[in-house]
Amino acid sequence: MINSLFLISHSGDIFLEKHWKSVISRSVCDYFLEAKEKAGDPENVAPVLQTPHHYLISIYRGKLFFLSVTQTEVPPLFVIEFLHRVADTFQDYFGDCSEVLIKENTVTVYELLEEMLDNGFPLATESNVLKEMIRPPTILRSVVNTLTGGSNVGGTLPTGQLSNVPWRRAGVKYTNNEAYFDVIEEIDAILDKSGTTVFAEIQGVIEACVKLTGMPDLTLSFMNPRLLDDVSFHPCVRFKRWESEHVLSFIPPDGNFRLMSYHVSSQNLVAIPVYVKQNISFLETGSCGRLDITIGPKQTMGKTVESLTVTIPMPKSVLSVNLTATQGTCTFDLTTKVVFWDVGKLNPQKLPNLRGSISIQTGAPKPEENPSINIDMKIQQLAISGLKVSRLDMYGEKYKPFKGVKYVTKAGKFQVRT
Amino acid sequence: MTDSKYFTTTKKGEIFELKAELNSDKKEKKKEAVKKVIASMTVGKDVSALFPDVVNCMQTDNLELKKLVYLYLMNYAKSQPDMAIMAVNTFVKDCEDPNPLIRALAVRTMGCIRVDKITEYLCEPLRKCLKDEDPYVRKTAAVCVAKLHDINAQLVEDQGFLDTLKDLISDSNPMVVANAVAALSEIAESHPNSNLLDLNPQTINKLLTALNECTEWGQIFILDCLANYTPRDDRESQSICERVTPRLSHANSAVVLSAVKVLMKFMEMLPKDLDYYGTLLKKLAPPLVTLLSAEPELQYVALRNINLIVQRRPEILKHEMKVFFVKYNDPIYVKLEKLDIMIRLASQANIAQVLAELKEYATEVDVDFVRKAVRAIGRCAIKVEQSAERCVSTLLDLIQTKVNYVVQEAIVVIKDIFRKYPNKYESVIATLCENLDSLDEPEARAAMIWIVGEYAERIDNADELLESFLEGFHDESTQVQLQLLTAIVKLFLKKPTETQELVQQVLSLATQDSDNPDLRDRGYIYWRLLSTDPVAAKEVVLAEKPLISEETDLIEPTLLEELICHIGTLASVYHKPPSAFVEGSRGVQHKRLPGSAGSGESVESPDTGSAAGVSDAPPAVIPSQGDLLGDLLNLDLTPPTTTGPPPPATSGMQLGAMDLLGGGLDSLPPIPLRTDTPQSPQIPHQSPSPPDYSPTELGGDLGGSSTMGAGFGAPPAAPAASFSAPVSGGLDDLFDLGGGVGMPMGAYSPPKTVWLPAMKGKGLEISGTFARRAGVIQMEMTLTNKAMSIMTDFAIQFNRNSFGLAPAGPLQVLTPLSPNQSIEVTLPLNTVGPVMKMDPLNNLQVAVKNNIDVFYFSCQYPISMLFVEDGKMERQVFLATWKDISNDNEAQFQIKDCHLSSDAASNKLQGSNIFTIAKRTVDGQDMLYQSTKLSNGIWVLAELRVQTGNPTFTVCLKCRAPEVSQCVFQSYDAVLKN
Repeated sequence: MINSLFLISHSGDIFLEKHWKSVISRSVCDYFLEAKEKAGDPENVAPVLQTPHHYLISIYRGKLFFLSVTQTEVPPLFVIEFLHRVADTFQDYFGDCSEVLIKENTVTVYELLEEMLDNGFPLATESNVLKEMIRPPTILRSVVNTLTGGSNVGGTLPTGQLSNVPWRRAGVKYTNNEAYFDVIEEIDAILDKSGTTVFAEIQGVIEACVKLTGMPDLTLSFMNPRLLDDVSFHPCVRFKRWESEHVLSFIPPDGNFRLMSYHVSSQNLVAIPVYVKQNISFLETGSCGRLDITIGPKQTMGKTVESLTVTIPMPKSVLSVNLTATQGTCTFDLTTKVVFWDVGKLNPQKLPNLRGSISIQTGAPKPEENPSINIDMKIQQLAISGLKVSRLDMYGEKYKPFKGVKYVTKAGKFQVRT
Repeated sequence: MTDSKYFTTTKKGEIFELKAELNSDKKEKKKEAVKKVIASMTVGKDVSALFPDVVNCMQTDNLELKKLVYLYLMNYAKSQPDMAIMAVNTFVKDCEDPNPLIRALAVRTMGCIRVDKITEYLCEPLRKCLKDEDPYVRKTAAVCVAKLHDINAQLVEDQGFLDTLKDLISDSNPMVVANAVAALSEIAESHPNSNLLDLNPQTINKLLTALNECTEWGQIFILDCLANYTPRDDRESQSICERVTPRLSHANSAVVLSAVKVLMKFMEMLPKDLDYYGTLLKKLAPPLVTLLSAEPELQYVALRNINLIVQRRPEILKHEMKVFFVKYNDPIYVKLEKLDIMIRLASQANIAQVLAELKEYATEVDVDFVRKAVRAIGRCAIKVEQSAERCVSTLLDLIQTKVNYVVQEAIVVIKDIFRKYPNKYESVIATLCENLDSLDEPEARAAMIWIVGEYAERIDNADELLESFLEGFHDESTQVQLQLLTAIVKLFLKKPTETQELVQQVLSLATQDSDNPDLRDRGYIYWRLLSTDPVAAKEVVLAEKPLISEETDLIEPTLLEELICHIGTLASVYHKPPSAFVEGSRGVQHKRLPGSAGSGESVESPDTGSAAGVSDAPPAVIPSQGDLLGDLLNLDLTPPTTTGPPPPATSGMQLGAMDLLGGGLDSLPPIPLRTDTPQSPQIPHQSPSPPDYSPTELGGDLGGSSTMGAGFGAPPAAPAASFSAPVSGGLDDLFDLGGGVGMPMGAYSPPKTVWLPAMKGKGLEISGTFARRAGVIQMEMTLTNKAMSIMTDFAIQFNRNSFGLAPAGPLQVLTPLSPNQSIEVTLPLNTVGPVMKMDPLNNLQVAVKNNIDVFYFSCQYPISMLFVEDGKMERQVFLATWKDISNDNEAQFQIKDCHLSSDAASNKLQGSNIFTIAKRTVDGQDMLYQSTKLSNGIWVLAELRVQTGNPTFTVCLKCRAPEVSQCVFQSYDAVLKN
């Protein structure tokens, strides 16, 4: 199982280590640092490395490497999932998962890690349970603790640990009982030069924020559940009911959680909300090129496309660009050679356009690669797959909760090839 | 108010200050101090010196402080075992605490303190905790057994903890069950053969029940454990599958993959015609696709596993090609894996899409990825025949881009396409040749050379092209050298007239100037093939190439089966069985897929299989076509099979002769040299024993898919076998064969041997020998007609040979040879014929013609035939020459079992024109200094050492042409023993 964890900064500093079994010298990280050196870009470091005596499994999150060391055959996905869980927990506790924050809260971090893993076996990874045992640091509590000598470690066994619903603590009380569900869909798509869809799929999640007193038992039903052929659920969802009735029946954890994620595959037709007319060309001779991009709405179901941005990583030999946008602002980062165009709202009457010239280092050959255009956008009040929640029912408790469902569609990895 | 304040230090010495604070009376100050200590510990500072002070803080009712102290203890107890004992009492007391959290914390921490003295005290509390009323304590205790086992396995067994742990599998609480399974699995890993996890239908049922209720991590442990179970029949298998399937919808990808493993394994047992089997196949696809939308690290592991699944059951994902399309901002490790799977899924139905994608990828930024994409296009062409043409034109487009690495990769794959579809796309060769100069990578150069050699007859200036490569021969990498050698030999066989010089040049570069044993061996083999048997050479070198398989890097099936059983583990990421990388002697059990219902065939383990394959290689590679030979320029190359099937090579005589020709003499020189004179520089790193000539090395020229493809068709293992025949043994055979023909006075002449057996000569048997009589070299032959008809019109011709031997007149067979008649013929020879260096040096290829056919054979003449009568050197000249010839040219040999006095030896040698110039006696050892001269004017100087009473003579030869030394020694040996 997991033997040790090293936190390594973006630049290769090992700034925290935790061992759950015998201590492994931090020199083991040298293999990793070597691989990091070789990979160049930190995102390209292979997640599973083998050294003569250990296996190194790592993730890269928030400019940090979480590197775990194991000595025996373990399922690497188990380790990777756990590491992401650690990162999630840090984010949950400290607001962000960054080197500075971890260093500021190093003792809490240590307590958390000790609580999450015992001898390499996961112990408590549910944030509900953890928060009962180790309270997240808040300025108020620090002040109170200093004054009263109280501690931020819970003294009783978390109730969720052993019940049939380990994700929910007992005795939850709210004055305002509310349950909100956000249906968030991301479109991953690749469009080719001519605008034809090479590949498109929808990754959807339902994020829930449930603040309900007692032990509520909820049932969420959809207008068109047949859309969902590929789903993964939070452990609280009763799979049998889904299989037989296509409803989500569950006792929710307290607070924020991801109820389900789903995937509408490329077999179904995926609506593409925008189209891109583009022309990026480099002249065979001379050191310049032209760029002309127009974006327009396609299948938006009558909704407005907002927060539209366009990112174009230019070839390394590009020296500068001279571009004018009819709407929004356009910047060019000289070090990363990325053109970033913040369009804002897409107005169907007046389509945004970006055009201008690109200059290349003199003497450099015509770039071999074609830059891809990355689109980011947001459409409120729309689930592009067409998924709709029909109703939410609550059993087991008497009060009337406040219920709400929100839909939003975003661009995921939305790329246009040129 | 953050923890970073704990890192601020003063000048006075941190440790000193902390010590003071830890011993403070104020509770709050103490806690802050412990926090500071922990903070230092987390960044790897050594704060072990504070051990006693921290332990003193342990007895507190403040849980946070207690936890912090425990954290410290776990880290440093090992360095202070004596002090750690101080903590034991508190632990034991805490294990009795009414609060289950504290009980669990105590037993958990104790297990983490890896100090023997403490573990002794752990047993009793642990036993209690394993039976604790609170499941939280029990599940913590279960893990503690695994910890204790890691520290002291014997103790755990003696105390019976393993049995208690097994009982916990039946615990009422699913979390306890999951932890017990996890602990047992970990312990079982160090006891591969113990039956710790004794799975039977009852326990399986309990596990399946717990599976639904325990945490996600517990589900992983239980699923991995289930995967080790072998169901009794297909019904049990199906019911387990049904209960595991819901796990495919879990949000935790590790749970999903472990469930996939169980299903993939148990599916094997389901009958294929079962409806449920089809349903299950359909259910497997979506979760696998979903894994690909997770974080890149998870994607990577998932892709490595999908790679295995796709090979085992391609039907699962055959419609999901698009999800493997590469996004430009995928990390490179994900891109490469996706590409691999795209090729595996490529089929006629989706090839157009795949090709369009691949072409897109070939213009990406990342060089590694671009290369792999180009290669992938080639693999598509090979896999999907209908697409080959489009692939080739795509590749040509890419070559037009002139991007150096793209061109090189394209050429490498085009070579494979040529092999797969011969005579289809050769029109592109011209385009390829245009890029010859830009190739700087060995693999691309080798591929290009292969193409030129393979299609030499269509490329007008093939010889020029190859010659241009030859200039820097020694600077090329081995694969290019090997390829160049083969290509030039091919070229020679196709266009013999213009390229003789080229082939000789490359053969001598390969055999004489190279230090690489592979290259030299291949050179020798070609040389011998060409010199003894050009027809066979043609058959070997230009043989039909074995087809290259569609999938070039499929995992070997038995390994694949094992890896399928290890889905989700490190083995599945490395694509190696755990035994190949899991450390130490922990025997790892080879897992196997259960046989499907009704078919129980067993599969051999992969390693023994391949080993057997190597050793079973047929021991003879030289075809039994016979000892055909002929000057490629003068004699026709028609094999003797024109009028009938080749006679089977069964005669013992023939086999003996074959053996000699095959390798008894010619390729041996380096080996005895090595053993006798280690200082000899001619063979810097000759491997002394034949087994070192690994067949794969001999054959491995191009690497990748075309390993066998470079025209080295026949399995090359065999020549090594004949290398082993000791040289003297070979000669003895030679002498034994002929029977005792009287030895004439004067020059030694070996007895006659059968040169052409009747089986091969269509009834004509030729045996013969050579002799030097009165300064004339003679070939003495006995021709016997063993056929049923009369033979007439005899004629003879020699191939070019090392010393220019040629018949001085026509073969005098005046009367027709009737059946069963023998005739003795003496053919005078001269040494003015055309010269070509042969290997072995004294090899002579002869063609004899009669009214029936032309027969080819080769024989070896004793080099003493060529020792001329005026070979006696002046003493002074001898001395000067001896000094003048460098020691590098000296070769030393042993002549064993020679019972002659030095004088008798001297006389005997003189009869064969080896003249003794001087004699010296030192310490009872006679040193004879001798000289001899070959018909072509080469002088050989010798020092023969004869120790009285010792039958082993030592002869030391010096010559400006050291190649002849071996032959001269053989003559010494033969003369002295006859």
